[in-house]
Amino acid sequence: MSALIEVDNLVKHYQGVRAVDGISFTIARGTCFGLLGPNGAGKTTTVEMLEGIKEPTAGSIRYKGEPLGAQFRREAGIMFQSTALQEFITVRETLRMFSRLYDRSVPLQTLIDSCALHSFLDRDTRKLSGGQRQRLLLAIALVNDPDVVFLDEPTTGLDPQARRMLWELVRSIKARGKTVLLTTHYMEEAYELCDEIIIMDQGRIIAQGSPDDLLARHFHDVVLQLPRDDYAAAAVALELKALDCGDSVEILTSEVSATVQQLLAAGVSLDRLRIRARTLDDLFLELTGKELRP
Amino acid sequence: MKRLLAVFIARNKEFLRDRAALGWNLLFPVFIVAGFAFAFSGEPAPLYKVGVTAEAPHDGFYTTPHVQFIVVDDVAAAITKVERHRLDLLVDPAGGRYWVNDESPRGQLLERLLLAGDGAALHKESVSGRIIRYVDWLIPGVLGMNIMFSALYGVGFVIVRYRKNGVLKRLKATPLSAIEFLAAQVASRLWLILAVTSVVFFGTHLFVGFAMYGTYLALFAAFAMGTVCMISMGLVIAARIASEELAEGLLNLISWPMMFLSGVWFSLEGTHPAVQQLAKIFPLTHMIEAARAVMIDGASLAAIAPQLGVLLAMTAVFLAIGARLFRWE
Repeated sequence: MSALIEVDNLVKHYQGVRAVDGISFTIARGTCFGLLGPNGAGKTTTVEMLEGIKEPTAGSIRYKGEPLGAQFRREAGIMFQSTALQEFITVRETLRMFSRLYDRSVPLQTLIDSCALHSFLDRDTRKLSGGQRQRLLLAIALVNDPDVVFLDEPTTGLDPQARRMLWELVRSIKARGKTVLLTTHYMEEAYELCDEIIIMDQGRIIAQGSPDDLLARHFHDVVLQLPRDDYAAAAVALELKALDCGDSVEILTSEVSATVQQLLAAGVSLDRLRIRARTLDDLFLELTGKELRP
Repeated sequence: MKRLLAVFIARNKEFLRDRAALGWNLLFPVFIVAGFAFAFSGEPAPLYKVGVTAEAPHDGFYTTPHVQFIVVDDVAAAITKVERHRLDLLVDPAGGRYWVNDESPRGQLLERLLLAGDGAALHKESVSGRIIRYVDWLIPGVLGMNIMFSALYGVGFVIVRYRKNGVLKRLKATPLSAIEFLAAQVASRLWLILAVTSVVFFGTHLFVGFAMYGTYLALFAAFAMGTVCMISMGLVIAARIASEELAEGLLNLISWPMMFLSGVWFSLEGTHPAVQQLAKIFPLTHMIEAARAVMIDGASLAAIAPQLGVLLAMTAVFLAIGARLFRWE
């Protein structure tokens, strides 16, 4: 697969702070590329440089082999993290205005269908719910039939149903061969949608690969969860890697059978035992040592 | 052009549907005019104004209390003022003449004083003309002030709000250029202001019936040029600021002195020369001057060309600075 966007040694300084500190990566055509990291890691700064909104301090960004320019602005669709829309204008009028800003645009009806805007088409943009608003912002990002779509934390603050609806929309965008760049706080979201992810912290890339590759590379164990009460004093004598997680205890092991036998031998009740695979959340915490906060 | 039009239409809708702002734009000047028409419906304020063609000697008639003596440079303009009752008497001691309006009781009274004093040898020139009430004089000022507020806040404040809440950032990510965006804002505000001003003008005319001696073309030119100039001024304020509070402070800092020093409420004639010089830096001064000349003195388009020229020059400067400083973020 050929590269759509190539980023080389990108740097951004703000008054002495290195917000982005020399990162390089390539986004292949037709893939969904995820950018993850804790608050203040430099995700949004990076994305805004890729979107052409912020000027890099140093380094280069190439789109289809060229520096960002008029062609990029015609062919990119952008959904910002927080965008106010002009007030007193309806959803339909907002879409119409944006579609007139481009020479190439998707028929409005197609957008209305694909982003499910029917039910609030003539509503003032101030009176939309969170999910409706995000769907409109996504429709605006798609109005010019873009080759690349930027989604900066598209599901932050949405309820689970609205989030799943947005995921479906992102999958349908991917299915049409578009390239997607997604930033998110939700590891589950990155796992569901992304072909490749990078995890940033303090302006640098600390991990890169497909979600499954990253998990396989970093983890060879699974998690056994037990209520703290059941993990009785007797078990303390066991030499197990156990994490204290409030009301429960998490035991990390790569040999499940042996560990379970050890626990049984120590007289620990396993009636409420739960076993889960390691997730991107675990990877994230392990790499950054920070909690993810939406 | 298609892009400019798209932004223009969206901005128009936003303004027209914001009932509160639209209502304020329409009703504010009407309230002021109605209030002043009521407050000044009686006799004009008892201060007498006498024009003198040269520095007056400080004795005799020229020391009469409660009379303001104003040195005039342009005799023809001063005679028009006598006709319109804006000067009660005009004296040319060197030329041995004086002008008085035979329909003006104040003029008649001052004439008696003049003749009783040292003016007995002067030759009388009679003029006549309808009195210009304070409200006739005030209307161009109030319309001008309303235009100023609407232009400065409607463009300056709105663009700063767009920048703060991310509307500008969203537009930056499209092929829309800064020039197209700014042109759409100027065009939208210009026609909306002229439409609102027309409604206020004709509406007020219905129940106050003020003077309008000049042509509507000349008046339109004065208001249109002034509006473009003050919108451009708003663009300079809005070029970079991202804080609504700072923008509001700056807009107040500009608009309040303009409101008081541009001759909206009272004439600058007879004020300290420094104040008159200061007033000339405000576009509002020139617009109101031109509008008053048209409405009260019946000035032609050619006669207000100097004011239009000043406004045009100011507009060019503001636009150049505004476009150069403008940042989406």
